[in-house]
Amino acid sequence: MKFLHLVLANLGRHKRRTILTTASVALALFLFASLRTVVTTLDAAARFGSVRRLVSTNATGIVFPLPLSYANKLRGVPGVEAVSWANWFGGRYGDNKRFFAQFAVDPESYLEMYPEISLPEDQKQAFLRERSSAIIGRRLVEVFGWRLGQDVTIQGTIFPGDWTFTIRGIYTPTDAVINDDMLLFRHDYLEERLGRPGISGWYVIRIDDANHAAQIARTIDIQFRNSTAATKTGTEQAFNASFATMWGNVSLLMGTIGLAVVFAILLVTANAMMMSSRERTREVAVLKTIGFSDRTVFGLVMLEAAAIALTGALLGLGGAKYLYKATNFNGGGFLPGFDVTTDTLLLGATVALLLMLASGLVPAVRAARLPVVQALRRVE
Amino acid sequence: MALVEIREVDKTFQRGSERIEVFIGLTLDIAEGSFTALMGPSGSGKSTLLNLVAGLDRPTRGSVRVAGAEVSAMRPNQLAPWRARHIGFVFQQLNLLPVLTAYQNVELPLLLTRLSRKERDERIRLALGVVGLEDRMSHYPRQLSGGQEQRVAIARAIVADPTLVLLDEPTGQLDAKSSADVLQLLSRLNDEFKKTVIIVTHDAHAAEAARTVLHLDKGRLIERQGAAV
Amino acid sequence: MKIPLIYNARSVLQRPVSTAFTALGIGLVVAVFIGMLALANGFRAALARTGSNLNALVLRRGADSELSSGIDRATASILAASPHVASGADGRPLVSPEVYVLIPLSRRGADTGTVANVVVRGIGEAAWKVRANIAVVAGEPPHSGRAEVCVGRKMASTFPNTDVGQTLHFGGRDWTVVCQFTAGGSAFESEIWGENEQFMPVFRGEVFQSVSFRLKDPAAFDEAKRALESDQRLTVDVHLESTFYAEQSQVLGRILEILAFLITSIMAVGAIFGAVNTMYAAVATRAPEIAVLLTLGFHPRSVLLSFLVESALIALVGGVIGILLALPINGIVTSTTNWASFSEIAFSFRVTPGLLLAGLGFALVMGTLGGFFPAWRAARLPVVQALR
Repeated sequence: MKFLHLVLANLGRHKRRTILTTASVALALFLFASLRTVVTTLDAAARFGSVRRLVSTNATGIVFPLPLSYANKLRGVPGVEAVSWANWFGGRYGDNKRFFAQFAVDPESYLEMYPEISLPEDQKQAFLRERSSAIIGRRLVEVFGWRLGQDVTIQGTIFPGDWTFTIRGIYTPTDAVINDDMLLFRHDYLEERLGRPGISGWYVIRIDDANHAAQIARTIDIQFRNSTAATKTGTEQAFNASFATMWGNVSLLMGTIGLAVVFAILLVTANAMMMSSRERTREVAVLKTIGFSDRTVFGLVMLEAAAIALTGALLGLGGAKYLYKATNFNGGGFLPGFDVTTDTLLLGATVALLLMLASGLVPAVRAARLPVVQALRRVE
Repeated sequence: MALVEIREVDKTFQRGSERIEVFIGLTLDIAEGSFTALMGPSGSGKSTLLNLVAGLDRPTRGSVRVAGAEVSAMRPNQLAPWRARHIGFVFQQLNLLPVLTAYQNVELPLLLTRLSRKERDERIRLALGVVGLEDRMSHYPRQLSGGQEQRVAIARAIVADPTLVLLDEPTGQLDAKSSADVLQLLSRLNDEFKKTVIIVTHDAHAAEAARTVLHLDKGRLIERQGAAV
Repeated sequence: MKIPLIYNARSVLQRPVSTAFTALGIGLVVAVFIGMLALANGFRAALARTGSNLNALVLRRGADSELSSGIDRATASILAASPHVASGADGRPLVSPEVYVLIPLSRRGADTGTVANVVVRGIGEAAWKVRANIAVVAGEPPHSGRAEVCVGRKMASTFPNTDVGQTLHFGGRDWTVVCQFTAGGSAFESEIWGENEQFMPVFRGEVFQSVSFRLKDPAAFDEAKRALESDQRLTVDVHLESTFYAEQSQVLGRILEILAFLITSIMAVGAIFGAVNTMYAAVATRAPEIAVLLTLGFHPRSVLLSFLVESALIALVGGVIGILLALPINGIVTSTTNWASFSEIAFSFRVTPGLLLAGLGFALVMGTLGGFFPAWRAARLPVVQALR
């Protein structure tokens, strides 16, 4: 690329302008990538779920409980390999500024159901042994400074009173989409303290063959249709998906803002290119007099636009990717697995390309078409 | 005491790694009411001299006194108001602000005074009348010829009644007829209105119009013609 | 300022494309700023209007939302008999014990897989009086003893089968919609209301979730709170209704606001850079003019001010563009889940004059920041060099 030094020289003529414009592009693409990642993260959470796990909740509503007695009945349903259950605890810790999920789970079956919740064997055994123990996600160690063996006290809201647990395990999720900041304690502890009301929140069921999911779900719902609590059973993925829509039309919001951002940056870049173009008339004329073709001159201007767009893209997109990775960002617990996907990076690169075309085209065409004699006659 | 007193002035410029000495020990006087032309080849320092008198530049050594004031020693924030009061300056080109009309361009120096709108209006019309362009007062610079632009610039230079009128190559870009008009105007300013005029010029005709001619070469005064102090 | 404003105004018009682009860039930032804060505003307002500061809300001690609370009939009776409760025109206490549950319903046009958790609230006769901002706008209030419900207006527009005469199905039963109500734009408009006694057997049995009552003396709320919370027969927390609901909007409201500031700050830096470029180019092109002004004797600080004003002028135009872009958003209804109560709430974007003013101010700040260094350069222009 023998003309590269020309392009670089032109860019270097107005260093400040080049730097500011490139910085603007970088910032805009950083923002674009961040906004889009919010959408992709929520999507990923919505699509997560093993194809062999079903979730069964109270048909009246998720906030209503299911009887514990269902556990055995569920195990008896053909195609069901394993059954576990959990209950949402929803307590407050400290000043309640940092939200984290708390569940009461049936310890052995739940950990077996979710191999993605991985923790050392000795910690797992301690959890299975001790009634008032709990396991925590490893992020909570950073957030609250909790340690193994420590007692933590949570204020119950749904189940009133102070609840103290001893931390016996710290788990690491094997899939980034699973929250790494949950607190899981034992369902039998909850039961005992409430005076054995015999209820749980929802059931998680592992089936033998993913193809039978719909059939098994139907069987379960029919079985309990006329019982104390009718059930609504579906795949784990459907269950997760329903939560993702709760935010409302996030993708519309992020998309609109993203559009505004890209458009604004287009204006800044086009403006900068235009200003350079106006100042450069005489030079272009000289180049042509020397013998540079119209096409070459066109290419030079486009290259300039490309240089700005490319550098900005590298800084902005790359910056976003590494920043969120390095800080292990998860949106205060609401956006687990926040990571800029390759898709987003490619989309960002496309935006940068469009930017280059939109901002460079007019000045490039103008330079290509410039009649030499006229330009040389022009007084400064 | 002369209106302008230049004493033992040195002026050196640094251009990159080169040191250029424009003046060394320059001493001269310019009398009140005089019409002086500064002439000389390129690089002789005539524009620099004009800039020193106007307080636009500072000598490396020596003193520049104008109307009794030590211009070379003034602090930057004293120079602006001093210039507004005492100096009327006309450049070779690009004198006028392109987005303002002739009237508004001439008004500019008056905005630095406390005159009322009515008082300003009187003076502007007067100044434009002196240069013969009252009928063009609502025109923009691009609607005026080169000569007309210069005359408006001169109107602006005199509207606030300054002590000195300084012009740097005022006819450099003009054709013969326009040049003649401008020079005639300057003579009138000097004769009728008793203005002290200093012009820097290449133009031999301009030299004729002036009463005193100072020749500079390589930063030294080499000849003085015309009326005595 | 000594240098005439007309100079700046006309100079700005001399480079229309550059000015337009810069102004538009600033305008987009202002539009996003106003839009996002209008979203946060609307959400907060909907919740703020929900509670009245004439009413108290009683929940079980420790419960942080109506959902997690439980109050039995005995407690409700004791509360009704309290001297702190105001009485209505008919002499009966203005007390409203209420059932509060969430049910899954599919939105209009959405596939049945995605549901929203809608609030179903059980009420008694007194509820319509205790809450002064409720108005039935279609049909008649539900008759006692029948499986009838009344639907909030905002909820009606988002969910199917909510017109008067239609039937909703939840809790394993069919319910006839007999009326629609408005509630001053508050969260209640996203709810389904029906008789307590109809809901209790279907959902949680003989227990209420909350008791709201009109304070006899609103100024004496603290006293009422102390008295009831220390009453040995009760285990309750007493909240001022307005404060309680306002606090429920804190988490999400704050998230939206922080998001708004973060996003617009980053955008603003880009827009400011654009303004900087434009103004530097302007100063460079107009160097001869600046030289003239300085030579005439205008003070450098007048020149500085002049260019700052010019930059601010462009920004102001941008601000107005931003306002025009954002205004149409006002009143658009959207919905989300309020995580504090886990329930669906519909609300409208709310653009206030204060917000518009803030947007303009923001634009001015951007313009001034962007114009500062170029204006500084203009003021310090070495006249002699500029003329060479």
